[in-house]
Order: sequence, then structure tokens, then C-alpha cells
Amino acid sequence: MSKRLIGCVFLAVTLAACSSKQVKEEPKAAVEDKSPTVAAPTKVEPTPEAPPAATTAPVTEQAATINPLKDPNNILSKRSIYFDFDKDEVKSEYLPLIEAHAKYLNANPNAKVTLQGNADERGSREYNLSLGQRRSVSVKKAMNVLGVGDKQIETVSYGEEKPQCTEKTEACWAQNRRVDIVYDGE
Amino acid sequence: MISFYNSPMLRLLLLLTLLLPLSSRAALEIEIVGGAAQQIPIAVAPFAQSATLPESVTMVISADLRRSGMFRLLETRGVANIPHELDEVKYPEWASLQAQALVIGKVEPVAGGRLKVSFRLLDVFKQSQLAGLEYDIAPSQLRQTAHRIADVIYEKLTGEPGVFATRITYVNKTGKRYTLVVADADGHNPQTILSSTEPIISPAWSPDGTRIAYVSFEKKKPVIYVQSLVSGQRYVLANFKGNNSAPAWSPDGKRLAIVLTHGANSRLYLINHDGTGLQPLTQGNAIDTEPYWSPDGKWIYFTSDRGGSPQIYRISPLGGEARRVTFEGSYNVSPRVSPDGRLLAFIRREGGKFQVAVQELASNQVQILSDYGQDESPSFAPNSRLIIFATNINNRGILAVVSSDGRVKQRLSEAGDVREPSWGPAVN
Repeated sequence: MSKRLIGCVFLAVTLAACSSKQVKEEPKAAVEDKSPTVAAPTKVEPTPEAPPAATTAPVTEQAATINPLKDPNNILSKRSIYFDFDKDEVKSEYLPLIEAHAKYLNANPNAKVTLQGNADERGSREYNLSLGQRRSVSVKKAMNVLGVGDKQIETVSYGEEKPQCTEKTEACWAQNRRVDIVYDGE
Repeated sequence: MISFYNSPMLRLLLLLTLLLPLSSRAALEIEIVGGAAQQIPIAVAPFAQSATLPESVTMVISADLRRSGMFRLLETRGVANIPHELDEVKYPEWASLQAQALVIGKVEPVAGGRLKVSFRLLDVFKQSQLAGLEYDIAPSQLRQTAHRIADVIYEKLTGEPGVFATRITYVNKTGKRYTLVVADADGHNPQTILSSTEPIISPAWSPDGTRIAYVSFEKKKPVIYVQSLVSGQRYVLANFKGNNSAPAWSPDGKRLAIVLTHGANSRLYLINHDGTGLQPLTQGNAIDTEPYWSPDGKWIYFTSDRGGSPQIYRISPLGGEARRVTFEGSYNVSPRVSPDGRLLAFIRREGGKFQVAVQELASNQVQILSDYGQDESPSFAPNSRLIIFATNINNRGILAVVSSDGRVKQRLSEAGDVREPSWGPAVN
């Protein structure tokens, strides 16, 4: 929108062009006064994700058996482990959930999970990035103890950058202090 | 402290090198919340300038001085004959307005479509000149020149360098789009330098102000980039296994301290500015993050939970033992050392509130400067006097500025969620 327009107007004035290629070929400006001019914005678009590999059974058979990971009556459909503020210890109430997933992973050696660590928005973004990572590793270690190998587990942290709930309440923050178990192909 | 002293008339010829748009737009809206206890009464006599010029030099200078909280701007409308030259100044008239200082000046067209901007700063009581400068500029440099004049006035009257001609960077999240923006310190001329659908955090200016290092999640994990503001080109500084984050430039701009997270532990590393020569700085089973160099390059301050709660420590870039720096409170994060090396700004959590605090490094005395409750990411202005930080008002991210003595406060907001501010260096 207008910001981009300004960028173009700006370039039009200074370089009589609005293409980023020409900008890059331009030698450095600012000789006397060292305040650098700002070049054209870099735009980062998401790389299209590869379609998930077909790991499930053919459609005809799928109708007959309910996927335990999606069955709302199965504990495996529960995927989130919640944490206290600035803590990464897995609370005992989540052990049955972790055990169920560990059991599933042991029974399905081709299944893989990513443990996505998150933090609430308060405090430092960088510290929260590290805290989210540590929470995901806490869940991974609990799964390791239950016999799941590292080959089946990836850990990642989004810190406070991907909140599920955006209100400024303790109830909401509690939802964001979380590790999500995400199966490959989901 | 007010220090008046005389300076000879200087002649500055700024060649056409500073490229600025012809007209500027303020994206950030500024609200002044408080001011210094002793404000200097100053009159800015409207400059003689053509009404067709895109900026009013008088308005830019006045807005800068007012925003600083250090000045009381006097109404000049009642003055019959506005002076533009020294021999037109009737000092008693300004003294009766209670003006301590008076600014006069004019903008004249000169050959080649250029402009000559001249001004004088006068001491009304002593009836003498404190500063006088002349600038030969392109019309597009008018706004920047007005900021430079305000910087001269600020420095002559307060004894500290001004920061009106500096720039800031910040991240704006609008809907699902994240943009990294570079703008003038007053919020004008916002330029988007990066636009992404994934988060951007931790922008850090190189000491010469030509590059910004930042962390982007565009590869679905945190990776550190360095982008040139001159060419717009960027390169990956660090994309090692795990999370790459928290870039901090060394004062000489040759190296950066960064954080790599493998497994559960975040550790500090040093890396050359071209991405070579990675070497570890801290070890152990802790979160070590948010490195920040002292201006003399002798220390790297950082956040660590090695003692059980996040606190600020410092370590030599050569290695050795880390020493704890903050002792009060159970959550102290985001250390930033002032450019004069005197103060440490950081975020303290106390009673559920996250606030900007400063610690005098010599005495370890701590003062809380802000009271919004959800403050993050403090960053010093190059004159060490102001701190910009991110906070939250009415469920929206905004930027706020506080003076390092806590007296002067401003808020800057724009559409969208604004966060992760970083104040650029003074580049003169």
C-alpha cells in the first residue's frame, strides 16, 4: 500500500527507477553525509510447501478405521502440553498425554512428530524464544525416556511469535505457554 | 545544565549526497506525555521561506525542540516584525517574552535549483550569537537540514548532542504481514526494508548505520540476516542447526555476538560480520541470550538463567568467567548499555509488571523508568539521554520514549502492532 508507494516515489526521485535490480547496481550513495539512503524493500514470500507425503491408507480403507490421532475420544487427539510462567518442567497432569503419544510413536516407527515450543508474550522475545525451545526439549526428553528415539522427534521454538490466544489475560497467556505435538503430514 | 558559549560563524556546504523523498509522511504519531522540570524558554522566529517548499523549517525545528521535553516554545505571533537577519533583532522585545534563546533564519533559492538555509541561535540576555550556520542543500534535504539545525540548538543549549537527525528501525505487524521499517527519529519517512508473512525480531544497527542485522522466521525457524540499507541486498549471517538469534554488533562493526540454540541450551557465540569464524563464548546448561556489547568493546552483557532466574551478566569477548550484574528482582532481561557507557537499561518484572529500568553501572543504583506494565526491547538514543522501547496500550503494540532520568515521556503509534524498536547511531 502507501508505504510501498512511498518507496517507489522515493526511488523515482533518486534513481528515476523503481526496480530493485537497478538499485542494487547503483554504487553507494552518501559520500559527504554518511546517512545512508534506504533501498527498495526486500519482500519475503512463503515458499510453497511440498504437499504432505501420502502416509495414510487408501481412502476406501480409511473410512473403516478411525485415525486415532484425529479421534476426539482418543487421548492422541489431544496435542498440547501447558507450562507455568518462565518454567519448562512438564507438569505431572500431562504425563498420560505424553505416554500415549510415546506409545503411538513406538508402535508406528515411521511416524514423526515436531514438538513446537511457545511462550506467552510477556517479557523478552529472545528469552521467550529460548524458553519455547527448552519446553519443546522437555517434552522430547520425556518421550525419549519412554523409548522414542531422536529420529522420530524434531523440536522447534516459535517463542512468543505465534500466540494462539491474543487477549491480555492470564487465562490467555496460560494457553500460549505451550508445546504442540504435530505429526508429519498434518 | 545550560551552557551558553559563543561559536564562530561556520559555513557548511552539504553536497547533494543525502537522498530523501521530496515530501515526507509521518506514520508514527507522537504524543508527548511529560517534560523536564526546568524547560528552557525559546522563541523560534518563523523563517523566511517560500510557501511552495514541501516543509516548513520553522515547524520541523519547533516540533523537534518541543518533543525533546527540554524546551518551552514561546508564541511569536504577537511580534510585529519577525527578524530574519541579525541587524533586525530587537533583543528587548524577546526579553519581554521571557525568551532565553531566539532562533532566526531563512531559506533562499540559489543557483542550480538548490537552497541556502541559514540560521542563528541568539542569547537574548547577553545579546550575543551562540551559533550560526549556513547549509547549501537540494530541496529534498530540507527536512533533514531542519533536524540538523534543531540538533545544533539542542546541543548549544543543553550541552548534550541532539538526536533529531537520527533514525530508528522497528517491526510492524499488520494482519498477517510483518514489515521491518526504517524511519526518521520523529517517525517521518518510513521505509519498509523487509516484508514477510513470518515473524521478524531483534533488528540491530551496524555501528556505521549502513546495515541492519535481524532475525527472520521465513525459513520456518529463526535465521540471522544482515541487510544493507544502501543496496537493499542481504546475506545470511547465521543459519546453523537449531535457532539462530539475538545479533549484536561489536563497536568496531567487525564482529557480532549471536545466540545459537541446539537442544535445550542457548549459548553465546562470536561470528565475523561476513558469517565466517564462528566461535563459542559461553557454555553450560542454561539460557544465555540477548548479548549487547559495551561501547568500549571490553564486555558483552547478556541475559542468563544460569542462577535459576533470568538475570543480567557480563563476560569478556575473550572469554573467562561471567559476572552477575543485576541482583534485585527475579526477572531482569534485555540488557542494553548506553553509548556513553554509564548506564545499563533492561526490562525488570516486578509485581507482574514488566518495566524499563536503568542501572548506573558505577553505583549499581537502579531506577524504574516506565509504568505501562508490558514493556520490552529498550534501546538507547546515540546521546544516551533517551530510551525507546515497545509497550502495549489498549491491546496494541506501540513505541514509547523515556528520558534516562525518567522525566520526559513520549508515545509513538501507528496502524498495526509496532514492536522491536532500535535507535540508529548518529552518523555525521
